[in-house]
Amino acid sequence: MFRDVSNISGASTVGNSGAEGPWLTFGDGAAMQLSGAWTVANARRIDGLIRDMRVEPGAVQQLDLGAVSAFDTTGAWLLLKLADRLSITLPDGMTGAQHGVPELVSRVSSARSEPAEQPPGDNPFVAMLIRLGGGTVAAMREVGSMIGFMGAVVEAFVGVVRRPRRLRLTATVHHMEQAGLNALPIVGLISFLVGIVLAFQGAAQLQRFGAEIFVVNLIGVSMLREIGILLTAIVVAGRSGSSYAAQLGSMKVNEEVDALRALGLDTIEVLVLPRVLALFLMMVPLALFANLMGLIGGGLMAWVALDIAPALYVDRLAAAVTLPTLLVGLIKAPFFGALVGLVGCYEGLKTQGSADSLGRQTTIAVVQGIFIVIVVDAAFSIFFNVIGF
Amino acid sequence: MTDQARESSPASDDVIIRVAGLTTRFGPQVVHEDLDLEVFRGEVLGVVGGSGTGKSVLMQTIIGLNRAAAGTIEVFGEELAKLEPAARRAVEQRWGVLFQDGALFSSLTVAENVEAPMREHADLPRKLMDELAGLKIAMVGLPHNACAKFPSELSGGMRKRAGLARALALDPEIVFLDEPTAGLDPVGAADFDILIRELSDTLGLTVVMITHDLDSLYAICDRVAVLADRKVLTVAPVAELEKHPHPWLQSYFHGPRARAARQARQ
Repeated sequence: MFRDVSNISGASTVGNSGAEGPWLTFGDGAAMQLSGAWTVANARRIDGLIRDMRVEPGAVQQLDLGAVSAFDTTGAWLLLKLADRLSITLPDGMTGAQHGVPELVSRVSSARSEPAEQPPGDNPFVAMLIRLGGGTVAAMREVGSMIGFMGAVVEAFVGVVRRPRRLRLTATVHHMEQAGLNALPIVGLISFLVGIVLAFQGAAQLQRFGAEIFVVNLIGVSMLREIGILLTAIVVAGRSGSSYAAQLGSMKVNEEVDALRALGLDTIEVLVLPRVLALFLMMVPLALFANLMGLIGGGLMAWVALDIAPALYVDRLAAAVTLPTLLVGLIKAPFFGALVGLVGCYEGLKTQGSADSLGRQTTIAVVQGIFIVIVVDAAFSIFFNVIGF
Repeated sequence: MTDQARESSPASDDVIIRVAGLTTRFGPQVVHEDLDLEVFRGEVLGVVGGSGTGKSVLMQTIIGLNRAAAGTIEVFGEELAKLEPAARRAVEQRWGVLFQDGALFSSLTVAENVEAPMREHADLPRKLMDELAGLKIAMVGLPHNACAKFPSELSGGMRKRAGLARALALDPEIVFLDEPTAGLDPVGAADFDILIRELSDTLGLTVVMITHDLDSLYAICDRVAVLADRKVLTVAPVAELEKHPHPWLQSYFHGPRARAARQARQ
């Protein structure tokens, strides 16, 4: 009675590996014949055969490797698994092995590590509480460390104010160009388009009351007080916040930040302050430009859709908008800029030596930057409301 | 490692890599010109040369990361440039590469790094894949708890070992090593040399190893190819290279560091 284990388990011998099975054959004698290529290409099938075979322990005492055509570490691993299942000790229990196979088997056998013990899992409810608690603590720590970072930047800023020669002027101007001047086209375009949308939507609603002319007030007040500056901050967070995080993050990965520290330089003063200061200074002109472009866009739409001539538009605008309206918007700009810069630098410096971490930090920098800007904007709104501005 | 194994391993009629008339250039800069090289099955071939002689470029060109301007590269008797993409991928699975700093995927754990080639190219059940990854990691001498670590948590030497484990994931026939011992401490480097030699002996691996490390040359290389003047100057066992008259080889093998390495072998 000669049984082919592979047929019992229903495994077929299809494949393109060249060497054909059946890999395992088991006769009446005490020896199991191994054949074919015991390599990684056939590992799935051989593994399945070993798992599914129905052989009494002790029925097989010898493994005959005489017909094995190829053998690699995967094959050796499977051979050891097979021997384990049959309670055979290797290399005593194998015969007919080709030159080099016993060495390979003993090498693999000695490298075989104890399977790591899985720690018993907590029950799902407790696990959820643990996650929740861990997340809360981490979030609190995060808030604390970000406030600490802001403090360090303010401290560096005060130091620079006291001794202006310590300001990295070249770097600051460079970042002012990168983050400020070069952002003009995109900020202007977006603001212009939003002005058009605002005029169009406002007109559609106000027309029903015959109050089209108040579209000018709508555009003027909302653009100058909120939308212009908010749009600018969001574009800058996406543009410069992300690039700060990526720059500082890759410097961190390259150990450039450590090198700076080793040279006795202050990272905050050299890397962070010029960037934050650049945004702090450039946000006002950027926001002013955004306001202007928004008003132009709105005016254009008012002219085309509502027949409000430019001269009338400017006239109404002057009546609707006062200097405080403009200032309420612009006064927020430097804060928004500094916050976006701070968050970008902070998240960049938190990068932990891998490409994955760099990507994550850059995303966080943008999302958090926009989030904080909107939260602070809401706070400003309440504040101005309370003081009656 | 035994001297006997070293003598028996190169079978001179069994060429596994044949590079003929290879020219590579980057823009106007010619790196190799009409370069020939043969690698025999089962040998450990060292590749040496001064900085900028194109050792890494040669390796990259053989494994297909660079395009050759002229010449042919045959691996396992197949001319790589003429293969269909599918056939080419099949050939690529038969070699493994260890890049200089390991080049581990930083978003994956060590075990996942080793499993990456298996997952892409081999059809293996999940559990067996985990077992095999654990085995490879143990074989290169990393502790078991390294499996779950990320590359950024490992030392340079451990990253190289993990990179080697990944290179060995699919039981390749050839391994290319780019400066495997660079940046390791002398003890770690010697361990790594022994590891490579042992793997080569037990698995019948062919090893092509770019190195500056004289100790590695003396300890484990069957033959050494010397790159100079845009060509392979000569391929010979280390003992013969010492007598070569080329000035770079003279200063390479007769400097103070070479003397120390030679004495260490004696």
